[in-house]
Amino acid sequence: MDLKDKLVTSFLAFENQVDVDSKIHDIRTEAFKTFETEGFPTKKDENWKYTSLKSVLKHDYSIFPKHENALEYSDVKKYFLHDIDTYKVVFIDGKYSSHLSQTTHDGIDVCLMSSALNKPKYKLIIDNYFNKIAPKNSVNALNTAFSKEGAYIHIPKNKVVEKPIQIVHFSTGNEAATMLQPRNLIVVDENSHVQIIERHQSLTNNPVLTNSVTEIFANKRAIVDYYKIQNDNQEASLIDSTYVNQKRESLASVHTFTFGGKLTRNNLNFYQNGEHLDSTMKGITIIGDKQHVDHNTLVHHIEPNCESHQDYKGIYNDSSTGVFNGKVLVEKDAQKTNAFQANNNILTSDKATINTKPQLEIFADDVKCSHGCTIGQLDESALFYMKQRGIPEKEAKGLLMYAFSNNVLSSVKIPELKQRITKLIATKLGVDIGFDL
Amino acid sequence: MLKIKNLHANIDGKSILKGINLEINPGEVHAIMGPNGAGKSTLASIIAGKEDYEVTEGNITLENEDIEELAAEERAHKGVFLSFQYPVEIPGVSVTNFIKTAINETRKAKGLENMPANVMLKMIKEKAELLEIDRKFLSRSLNEGFSGGEKKRNEIFQMAMLEPKLAILDETDSGLDIDALRIVSNGVNKLKSKDNAVVVITHYQRLLDYIVPDFVHVLMDGKIVKSGDASLALELEKKGYDWIKEEVNA
Repeated sequence: MDLKDKLVTSFLAFENQVDVDSKIHDIRTEAFKTFETEGFPTKKDENWKYTSLKSVLKHDYSIFPKHENALEYSDVKKYFLHDIDTYKVVFIDGKYSSHLSQTTHDGIDVCLMSSALNKPKYKLIIDNYFNKIAPKNSVNALNTAFSKEGAYIHIPKNKVVEKPIQIVHFSTGNEAATMLQPRNLIVVDENSHVQIIERHQSLTNNPVLTNSVTEIFANKRAIVDYYKIQNDNQEASLIDSTYVNQKRESLASVHTFTFGGKLTRNNLNFYQNGEHLDSTMKGITIIGDKQHVDHNTLVHHIEPNCESHQDYKGIYNDSSTGVFNGKVLVEKDAQKTNAFQANNNILTSDKATINTKPQLEIFADDVKCSHGCTIGQLDESALFYMKQRGIPEKEAKGLLMYAFSNNVLSSVKIPELKQRITKLIATKLGVDIGFDL
Repeated sequence: MLKIKNLHANIDGKSILKGINLEINPGEVHAIMGPNGAGKSTLASIIAGKEDYEVTEGNITLENEDIEELAAEERAHKGVFLSFQYPVEIPGVSVTNFIKTAINETRKAKGLENMPANVMLKMIKEKAELLEIDRKFLSRSLNEGFSGGEKKRNEIFQMAMLEPKLAILDETDSGLDIDALRIVSNGVNKLKSKDNAVVVITHYQRLLDYIVPDFVHVLMDGKIVKSGDASLALELEKKGYDWIKEEVNA
């Protein structure tokens, strides 16, 4: 039985046990029809031209874990940003772990999607926001059909959330292969600020496929900073789809740090539904072996006087492959748009590949849009210069690559996170960078 | 200290050096002059360990050790310093972080601990003053957007920090105005001692008014065709290179 057939069978069982009368049930059923019709995307699909899911779909994934699994904090502490106080919403094999989490309802809601979908007090927010901006494509539809658990974050107006929120999904590998479908909803109301860190972490080498969907709403003058740490192990694959809807004068940023995983696909869309707002998407990718990363971004400039900033750096080692497909769509009414896009890549091996494809579609006539893509090797003359000063080749390369990706880190607002990412980069580049960062 | 014997070298099959002999002892200053394309920069690069060249004959020893098999960084650790004719820009790495890394990597290679931060800072301050370098300059990205003079001063600043045994200054005077030339030469002169040696590669006598050489060598078509004392440089300044060419051909 292939994965699609298995999902069909599982859905029939799943839908019988949940809220048959609710509106969510209708949304799920409808979404499932979409998935059933379209199936998983293939390379024939223009949006998936450079990424084949074949190798990750071949496993016999368990759709619903049979066991409740527990983890001790001391065993997984290193996957958290643990040197500062944070809220935590933690899942183990798709199930909420109250033991590892630190949620709150004190003026803000940092809790679970399962509660939000079922309890009347969240109904208004769910009705207004759930599944409103995620495009109805097959992978999103699949997630919607099975959506049951994830993080639910609602920040009412005029709240500055002092502590960052960590959303962490662990998979224990207690099943031979696991498929997870987390669903997060984040609603940030007028004038409120929030910082969120998301991580998917597999704890064994058993295959894991995570199909995650996150919808983020940054309402008027809200500030939302979202950080994704993708440093999963060799048999873990991730399809991450994140959609950000912004209202006027809001500032939203998503940073994606991709250092691991077998196959990682990031779909990231920003919809600018208001004037004078600013969208930032930045990424650092450092991968090797046969790893594959695909960044697929869209900024939809709908209203005038808005900005968008995209800056993705990639370092591809060994036989790894990367894709950057960045689309900037500027509607006719979106005059005075400033849109910047940069994608710079270094290939350190003859066998590494990057496919980079900027797409600008501009229908307004008074806009500033720029884009630039580069693909290069490390500068040999710079390497010789550094070696001449006594810096060994490996460290010299590391320093050059660190410097190359450095400017992406400057916009990370949580110092401890910045330090952590810097260390990850140094580890990834195999260098002990000899100065204070 | 440095002995070069019958050195022949090619790049892409083209013969550049055709039998160089040169001996440099501690405490000496040597000037290597010659027309464009004579092989001066090639000689400097080969001593420093650039891998683009193929040494086909002869050898180079540093303190009686053959250095042909040593990587550029290993030669640097043994005290070879090359002031580049065109210093490379490295965006994202500050002058301070670069020199710290260079010093600590050199110390690591010698089995020493990192230099304590306060000692490093004091040294940076001292050497920056010697080269009349502003402190703000030190936090800028290495060579990025530096003027020609700033780049060369920064090279000598690094030399001052690394305290090499053998410093090769490749056309350090090119692109310098008279004030920068004075600052740079003053820096080099202060760093000279009986234990280290300096090789100055230049087209012009001008720099040699400030850094007075003990020996002057004329390099032409891959060979040292004439050697003399400081007066040879003055003669070249007056008469050009044609008379030497005639002498060689005669």
